Amino acid sequence: MTEDKASFDQRLRAARERSAGKSVEQEAQPDRQDKNLLSLAARAGSEMLGGLVAGVLIGWGVDHVFHFRALFMVIFALLGGCAGILNVWRLMKSLEEEKQES
Amino acid sequence: MAGGSSINVLEQFELHPVLGGFGEALRFSQAPVFMIVACVIVLAFLHYGMKPAAVVPGRLQAAAEVCYEFVRNLAVDTIGPEGVAFFPFIFALFFFILAGNYLGLLPYSYTFTSHIAVTFAMAMMVFILSVIVSLKVQGFKFFAHFMPPGAPVALAPLLVPIEILSFLSRPVSLSIRLFANMVAGHVMFDIFASFVIMLAGLGFFGDVLAVGPLVINIALMGLELLVGVLQAYVFAILTCIYLREAVSH
Repeated sequence: MTEDKASFDQRLRAARERSAGKSVEQEAQPDRQDKNLLSLAARAGSEMLGGLVAGVLIGWGVDHVFHFRALFMVIFALLGGCAGILNVWRLMKSLEEEKQES
Repeated sequence: MAGGSSINVLEQFELHPVLGGFGEALRFSQAPVFMIVACVIVLAFLHYGMKPAAVVPGRLQAAAEVCYEFVRNLAVDTIGPEGVAFFPFIFALFFFILAGNYLGLLPYSYTFTSHIAVTFAMAMMVFILSVIVSLKVQGFKFFAHFMPPGAPVALAPLLVPIEILSFLSRPVSLSIRLFANMVAGHVMFDIFASFVIMLAGLGFFGDVLAVGPLVINIALMGLELLVGVLQAYVFAILTCIYLREAVSH
């Protein structure tokens, strides 16, 4: 019984290696790259907008609580914009690192 | 769709009570109905797919297994060995969003992922989970991440708020992305569908011209099928990335 299982595992591994060598390199690669680029495009814009919106919301909240007119909204909108740019910068940097690794 | 000759593209996102007096009393609108439908579809798919539990899977079982392995690989490859613990959460999130996006493409249905209240609630769930995991794994060292290493201390009053905002912007950008993509897609559908109806009312030349927006709508359907799965994938992979940062260090 155990011998059967061992030989089955061995054959399964061999078959997996054979099929992996073909399909991953030949077929899946361009498809995956397209998908990654599209998801990247979807991410970059919203990362930048997200920082700004978060900043404005926090600033508005602080103004509302402490009864300022718009002081903190202005400050946090600027900081939020910086945070958004920082997010996009990090996203691009991680992409560069991935590219260099591969 | 278009009311008279004017185009009201946002009408499709309005919530109305459904199921008669029962729904009226509970304030039960289309969104929760389609959330329940999405859950039932996903659960039925997994239940009936895995019912035979055959060694050599049939078509439905193979599909269920592919879905399981896809999300499991996503979680384990991105987060690492600890990802197994978060796999059920990511699986549920991914298929709930995917089912919601695709259900919205059916006529007479409702896209619950086009409401920021829904997407923001899901993003906050992810955000709060990642903060809890960070605090549990890293303890108070977690707060050290808000000061970038190697930066001069004099810049701290500027850098620390920016880092904190960058961290807090995560649930915002996560929810805006999904919601904006869904709204944009459905608004485009509505606009081009209204063009078809308006042009068709203009006699023979209108009928001929109306083919244009109709063809565009068919192409848009293809795009929306891609966007639907892509947005669910992006939501799931970003959840994995945030959780990886939480469990590392």
